[in-house]
Amino acid sequence: MVDGAGTAQRAIEAVWRIEAGRLVAGLARVTGDVGLAEELAQDALVVALEQWPVSGIPPNPAGWLMTTAKNRGIDAARRRGTYQRKLEEIGRDQELSTGGRGDDLEDALDDDIGDDLLRLLFTACHPVLSVESRVALTLRCLGGLTTSEIARGFLIPEKTAGQRISRAKKTLTDNGVVFAMPDAAERAARLGSVLEVVYLIFNEGYAAHAGDDWMRPALCQEALRLARLLATLVPDDPEVHGFAALLELQASRIPARTTADGDPVLLLDQDRRRWDRTLLRRGLESLARAEQLASAPGTDAPALGAYAIQAEIAACHARAATPAETDWRRISALYVLLRHAWPSPVVELNRAVAVGFAEGPERGLAVVDAIAGTPALASYPQLPAVRADLLARLGRTAEARESYEAAAALSGNAREREVYAAKARATG
Amino acid sequence: MRYLILLDGTPPEGPPPPELMEAISVLGAEATSSGAMLDTAGLAPSAFGARVDLTGGAITVADGPFAEAKELISYALYEVRSKEEAVEWANRFLQVHQQHWPAWEGGARVLKLFGPEDFAAMS
Repeated sequence: MVDGAGTAQRAIEAVWRIEAGRLVAGLARVTGDVGLAEELAQDALVVALEQWPVSGIPPNPAGWLMTTAKNRGIDAARRRGTYQRKLEEIGRDQELSTGGRGDDLEDALDDDIGDDLLRLLFTACHPVLSVESRVALTLRCLGGLTTSEIARGFLIPEKTAGQRISRAKKTLTDNGVVFAMPDAAERAARLGSVLEVVYLIFNEGYAAHAGDDWMRPALCQEALRLARLLATLVPDDPEVHGFAALLELQASRIPARTTADGDPVLLLDQDRRRWDRTLLRRGLESLARAEQLASAPGTDAPALGAYAIQAEIAACHARAATPAETDWRRISALYVLLRHAWPSPVVELNRAVAVGFAEGPERGLAVVDAIAGTPALASYPQLPAVRADLLARLGRTAEARESYEAAAALSGNAREREVYAAKARATG
Repeated sequence: MRYLILLDGTPPEGPPPPELMEAISVLGAEATSSGAMLDTAGLAPSAFGARVDLTGGAITVADGPFAEAKELISYALYEVRSKEEAVEWANRFLQVHQQHWPAWEGGARVLKLFGPEDFAAMS
């Protein structure tokens, strides 16, 4: 019995996982309120967890969840004394759900479920919310993650994660944010916010890949799913495909990024045979799509944006079977483009690495030294690390060792510190 | 984590109903856009393939068809968070067959691929 109940619970969680986004999006269209939609969806999940272990999983679990959530919505509206108004709103779709298995309702929702999901993403990533709240609300509404999973992913107390979500919902209500598609003028900015949020989620998982808790690396997969979803929701935007490409390509390196003991392995030292071929191929395909859209004749689509350019750079590494085959000239040219799209001293530091390989360590060092005094890089361990690599290649070993030691001293990550310390020991 | 779903079956006489093909493509689009399905393709009958065996120290090559009770029909590669999720997609795939081609019988093997998470757990 216990096993049966456990099996049912895991099966319910799987259905939930697949359907949460569509469910919340559909309910948000009906209620006009993302917070309420999310609560109704959660209520339906609770009912499923009570009933399905006993009654079995219904043939159309998604339709069941939707119908149950709507019924809960009607009950809740009745309790709040707004029964009549809500009934009118919900009733419109409720009439559609008379088909035995809810197929009619599903068909009706399928027509614009894509738009609903996009509205949901735009609302969860609304600029009135803090970035932390956008992240939490997106994972909750689109990914169906629990508060505890979000807390573990971001190494915050569960209470804090819960507060971020409830505060986000309240902020949306207080600011009268309706569940609507932003107008054309605002769309690009809002899409930028969505990409930023998904990238944050990805990086939280990517940086922590060596962590002990599976939930941290799982954030990478969460972000990948959102990026793939976005690429189908906004199929004409080159930057969205470029973004998906970037995530696929970066994720393809995950198996090679750490040793068996969990120590980090830098890009040029990675065993490229361990790169994930499936993700790599998908990344290159998404990038080709981005390039095609950006260069289509007569298109008014913008040239490649910052994410797509980074994907181009990642693709240069992906296409090289060995580090020696890397097209460093192309990479350093791409960094010049990236510098325009997204000015940042970190970009310039990365360009220094590429210049160092394309034009020689002397030229690379000149690029590093030009930004060495930038306050934003004062405590950035990669600056002395890059400098050390270039100095070592110039045979200036004493300076190189000193610079590796400086990198180790600045690093806040024990494993990374050890990588730099080892390089210092190995130099001279 | 990744799962390879291998579908085998014994199709009844005649081509599959267009409604089935339509339902499969809707389901496929859903699985793709949700980010769960990474790759999929249909598999030609074994008559078009071959088999390479190592038995008793000798390698032999045999052209298809093979006398299997059921032919492999397609594969799909999924990236999901749990086995149950992969099973749910397989379940949905069989459901559209059940609904649109009742005479069809077959099965889906849900096979886990080793991933970084397995090696992390071992070390």
